[in-house]
Amino acid sequence: MCGIVGLYLKNHALENQIGSMFAPMLEAMTGRGPDSAGFAIYGDEVPKGSTKLTLYHQDLTYDWDALAHRAQAQLAVPIEFFRNHHAAVFKIATDAQTASEYFLTHAPELILLSAGQSIEILKAVGLPTEISSEFNLSGMKGSHIIGHTRMATESAVTLEGSHPFSTGQDLCLVHNGSFSNHNRLRTELAYHGYHMKTENDTEVAAGYLTWRMDQGDTLKQSLEHALQDLDGFYTLAIGTHDGFAVIRDPIACKPAVLAETDDYVAMASEYQALTSLPNIDQARIWEPEPATIYSWQRDSH
Amino acid sequence: MQSINLAEHTVRELNQLLHDQSKDLVEDQWEISETSGQHNIACGLNQKLNVGIKGHVGYFCAGMNQHAHVTVHGNAGQGVAENMMSGTVHVKGDASSAAGATSHGGLLVIDGNTGARCGISMKGSDIVVKGNVGHMSCFMAQAGTLVVCGDAGEALGDSLYETVIFVKGKVQSLGADCVEKSVTDKHFKQLKKLLDRAGSEEDPTHFKRYGSARQLYNFKVDNAY
Repeated sequence: MCGIVGLYLKNHALENQIGSMFAPMLEAMTGRGPDSAGFAIYGDEVPKGSTKLTLYHQDLTYDWDALAHRAQAQLAVPIEFFRNHHAAVFKIATDAQTASEYFLTHAPELILLSAGQSIEILKAVGLPTEISSEFNLSGMKGSHIIGHTRMATESAVTLEGSHPFSTGQDLCLVHNGSFSNHNRLRTELAYHGYHMKTENDTEVAAGYLTWRMDQGDTLKQSLEHALQDLDGFYTLAIGTHDGFAVIRDPIACKPAVLAETDDYVAMASEYQALTSLPNIDQARIWEPEPATIYSWQRDSH
Repeated sequence: MQSINLAEHTVRELNQLLHDQSKDLVEDQWEISETSGQHNIACGLNQKLNVGIKGHVGYFCAGMNQHAHVTVHGNAGQGVAENMMSGTVHVKGDASSAAGATSHGGLLVIDGNTGARCGISMKGSDIVVKGNVGHMSCFMAQAGTLVVCGDAGEALGDSLYETVIFVKGKVQSLGADCVEKSVTDKHFKQLKKLLDRAGSEEDPTHFKRYGSARQLYNFKVDNAY
């Protein structure tokens, strides 16, 4: 099972409301995934050359202040951060690789959830309603957001196994289904220098797209390759810095519904998750075709 | 007329009220509102009820229907009218995959399009889709009739038994053992009758007929590995 949801705003005036529009969508998918939940929101962008990291520590009393001071002294660049429940978002005036490597080396007790200019990934084990409220999802602002409610089948119920998965900057993926060739793909990706952190099949798909895009593919091209190389049942929602995409496997066993108005594009595993959206009665609602790429891209923020 | 608002009642409560009518018919006109895409609405009915559903429904709406006439004024999720035995189910919008799956009898009418596997393993019902159907429709379908006024997706009628398929538009591809067959006056009359029942004014002579080549019925030693 698992539920996936996504919301992409066409009307910039709604960016202040994206969290409150999205929270009921995520929570409506509890029946499909009560184990864990998570979301990736795009917004509050840092300038080019700077990096935004989302870091996680299981201890709510973790001393983020001390870490920020240490990092600022050792990296010798300005750092700002804010806490959000178990996570903290660090804005660092250096490139993503330097910033990520610093924290992975000097603070191995942390889990790096996302890196990029715009993305923040927040996820946890538990009911979607609890996770949504712990991270204050309904108060968040941004341009697009994708989320996942998990009913684990492929690997353990852990934070590491929960979605969204991000393996590249500002790129993330949520998945309903299962991949049957993820072990072979994991080996191939390792050969190309992409090492997955978990045993989870979805992480491999995220890693695959990262690899393709590093090879020069656009999001659409990377998904065309994915249709050839990923074997299994899947509906995927993918977030990038500027875009949002939805794709189903050629058999299309896993459900998906899309809705579009002048203000937004929304996707969900089930229509139930869309009923709370404004003007959904006037939306164009359709089921995405199998093996067809649906993508929306912004020119600029 | 009894009106049930699903913002105020659970689907379980609604279905119990509808099932109670199968013993003593007190009210045969029902209207259901605020459906919000919930699953299993109006399942297992066993009485001549007229049920109007205002809004989109989730999975398995009007599943296992007997005798009732159910109209969905919206879209339907997966498996609408699955295992229907008799009666009518009419979806005014689109339906997702597996519409009318394993249905034994009755009439399912979809005004819009359906997703994949429409009429999968149907066993005697009639299904009329005024738009298109997705891939693998009528997979292993055994009896009954599927009419598609639009186009059909890949592998139509794969491993078909004795269901008859009429398609007006393009067929992307035929599945294993499904072939085009000749159409006689008898078939046009049969199709006209069905189109009339579905409220469609399509001209039956514009349709092609597809059925089983019956080449998979018996074991062939040539096919053994």
